[in-house]
Amino acid sequence: MNGLSLYGRYVAASIRAQMAYPAGLAIQSAASFAITIIEFVGVWALFHRFGQIAGWRLGEVALFYGLASVTFAISDAVTRGFDVFGTTFVKTGGFDRLLLRPRSPALQLAGYELRLTRIGRLSQGAIVFAIGAAMSHFVLTPPAAAILLFAIAGGVALFAGLFILQATLAFWTVESLEAVNILTYGGEAAAEYPLNVYARWFRDLLIWGVPIGCVTYLPMLAAMGRADPLGAPGWLTPLAPLAGFAFLGVSLFIWGFGVRRYASAGG
Amino acid sequence: MTPGAALRPYLSVFSGRFQLMLQYRAAAVAGFITQCWFGVIRILIFAAFYAGGAAHAPMSLANAVTYTWLGQAFLAFLPWNPDPDVADMVRTGAVAYERLRPVDTYAWWYARALGWSLARVAPRAVLMVAFASVLLPLVGLGKWGLPPPSSPVAAGFFALSVVGMVLLSAAITLMINTVVVATMTDKGAGALAAAVVNMLSGLVLPLAFFPDWLRPWLRAQPIAGLIDIPFSIYFGGLSGWSAAGAIALQFGWVVILVLAGRAWLGRSMRRLQVQGG
Amino acid sequence: MPQILVEELSKTYRIAERDPGALGAVKGLFHRRWRTVEALNGVSFQMEQGELVGLIGPNGAGKSTTIKILSGILEPTSGRCEVDGLTPWRQRIRHVARIGVVFGQRTQLWWDLPVIEGFDLLRDIYRVPPDRYAATRDELTALLKLDKLLNQPVRQLSLGQRMRCEIAAALLHEPQLIFLDEPTIGLDAPSKLAVREFVGRLNRERGVTVILTTHDMHDIEALAERVIVIGGGKILADGSFAALRAGVLAERRLFVDFAEAAPAIDLPEVRVVARDGRQIELAFDPRRITAPALIARIVAAHPVDDIHVEEPLIEEVIARFYDLHGAGES
Repeated sequence: MNGLSLYGRYVAASIRAQMAYPAGLAIQSAASFAITIIEFVGVWALFHRFGQIAGWRLGEVALFYGLASVTFAISDAVTRGFDVFGTTFVKTGGFDRLLLRPRSPALQLAGYELRLTRIGRLSQGAIVFAIGAAMSHFVLTPPAAAILLFAIAGGVALFAGLFILQATLAFWTVESLEAVNILTYGGEAAAEYPLNVYARWFRDLLIWGVPIGCVTYLPMLAAMGRADPLGAPGWLTPLAPLAGFAFLGVSLFIWGFGVRRYASAGG
Repeated sequence: MTPGAALRPYLSVFSGRFQLMLQYRAAAVAGFITQCWFGVIRILIFAAFYAGGAAHAPMSLANAVTYTWLGQAFLAFLPWNPDPDVADMVRTGAVAYERLRPVDTYAWWYARALGWSLARVAPRAVLMVAFASVLLPLVGLGKWGLPPPSSPVAAGFFALSVVGMVLLSAAITLMINTVVVATMTDKGAGALAAAVVNMLSGLVLPLAFFPDWLRPWLRAQPIAGLIDIPFSIYFGGLSGWSAAGAIALQFGWVVILVLAGRAWLGRSMRRLQVQGG
Repeated sequence: MPQILVEELSKTYRIAERDPGALGAVKGLFHRRWRTVEALNGVSFQMEQGELVGLIGPNGAGKSTTIKILSGILEPTSGRCEVDGLTPWRQRIRHVARIGVVFGQRTQLWWDLPVIEGFDLLRDIYRVPPDRYAATRDELTALLKLDKLLNQPVRQLSLGQRMRCEIAAALLHEPQLIFLDEPTIGLDAPSKLAVREFVGRLNRERGVTVILTTHDMHDIEALAERVIVIGGGKILADGSFAALRAGVLAERRLFVDFAEAAPAIDLPEVRVVARDGRQIELAFDPRRITAPALIARIVAAHPVDDIHVEEPLIEEVIARFYDLHGAGES
């Protein structure tokens, strides 16, 4: 069975397991929705007071916000295995069992669980995006949709890469390194606003350091048909999500390095 | 029984939990780093909003910055989850066995919640204050840092308000504990609590920024005492009589939530006693 | 005045039933079905200070329900229960301050704390005066050989080590009544013996009342002069173990090794169970023929190398008892 269909099997099993507790699932999804929408209420209140930020109005910001939320929710949902990697696999020696199977450990970890509760954040992002589209008269033309889908794919790849890197650190530190949350959760929080609102050093970090701007800010500009206030060339903006895939590639390479070291050190 | 003897179990569980949580140093440092980052993001957002024109702002940018740093320093006081011991007990079906201890269950859990929250806040708060009050000014970024309280009187009121914050946090944690016990599941209550608490405490946004017609309601509700009231006192947004009044409100809510919480927990425990846990 | 007084104790549970799966969950929100379970049905007994009583019965029979009610964490549906003049669930704090409880499968210590810190915490919970605590703690440490364990976190201890610490923990406040629920479960042989010996001495020398719940019949045989059998929510037997055995399986076994091939034994009071070369196993009822009488008859008639008498296995006795009363596992 090839990797993709095996992954599909894993996912189906995970979904069935979670559906056995429908009440818990519903409540946690509702809670996840509530927590994330509350944050947006805060954004709304700020716009109610100030009117605009760096030339953007609420509807436009909502588009960026929604895109970031949706992207992160999907990535968060599919990377649970890496999230708990340190405590569940390295500390307990459970990783050995993965290595004993004739399959890539990364694939097995990817299939560990598909967190359905993340649908809370996902629907919040979609709703915020829809509100933003209505308020700013954004039209979802086919080219715009294509750009956005590409952006989401690249974004999922980027965040997945970050989660994988966080897990890789567990090979050395045993516990998952919480501080990396500043890139994952912190990255999502930063991407909620268009990057030109931030000070320069921060922006540079988010485009050249960890290319979060490339999977949210730039493609969204392209989809809106706007030029980048910061001057990025027009041909670059729709292609920017490629950086996310490149990042994932680098992460997987480093991960492989970590796996080899684990196997040679005897765990 | 002398008061000292009567309090022994509760003092003991408080200090036990406190010392245990202090051992998690790595988590405190990781928490500190994460919170610094989120603090920076929030401050940059404020700065960008203010740059567009601060005519309608309810407080100065400097005060918003102060509020943000204080929020990050005291973040661990926010009651998001039930006490992990209680969640564990509910999961394994062992809540009834808690009644084998010759102590008042509410007071026992309350003392434990106090130890839990204080031990998590203390190291993070120290680190955050060191960063925002000392380090930032040292590198010339003082105006983005955390200044001292706006006056000695404000400092005194602030200290009192922090006591109220701590007591309120524990009372709300006990409420969440009770929900978990009453529903016999650890998956529901805590999750929704976080959303409500974040919004109404002023963490998501200082309550003053919300539309003016909402302000009286937001200021009066109990959860404002977790963040908004103490921090407003700190930078002088509430001073003199209004500060004293707000503190009285804080403590008033503490009393109400403790009494209501006791009654509710007592009823849930009694139901367990009849149902068999 | 008995220490423990239980009269017509009854406990009925209502359990909500629900169909499995997602559809069942939704249906369950609208329409609850209830099932009643009678855990206890008119249980009565008394105990004096200083008794050591074994409480046995099949799973689901009402043993743990009885223990929970006696310890005060469960309220009965009807009936009367008093321990040292207190009603356990009504005067809970006063009552639990005077008892000790050991659960074999659950620890009252703190998982991540060293044992000694757990003990200190218990000292404060039970408000034991510091000097008495120090003396009791040291004594228990010596008796149960805990000195090497005191500084280790509970989660690092083996089961046998943990059980010794649990027992010590339950006794730090010098209760005059203790409940032991499956105290030897999962322990290796030396640990079991150590626990039995300690509990026996505690009861004999200090006069501490012990209520022992267990499935290990050797615990019962070693310790309990009195046994209460609970089955189907009722008391099936209350008396000495010997009386119980006699009432159920009076039969004993005689093993004879003959000097030559085992002869045919044809005695009316005796049943041949097995014959193997030179050994024969006979079953006899000691009420019809005593062991000495039977041995004398056989030895007089045949050359015999060796002889010994055995009781049937305790587990057999108990299993037969449950069977006779229709009280198998529910």
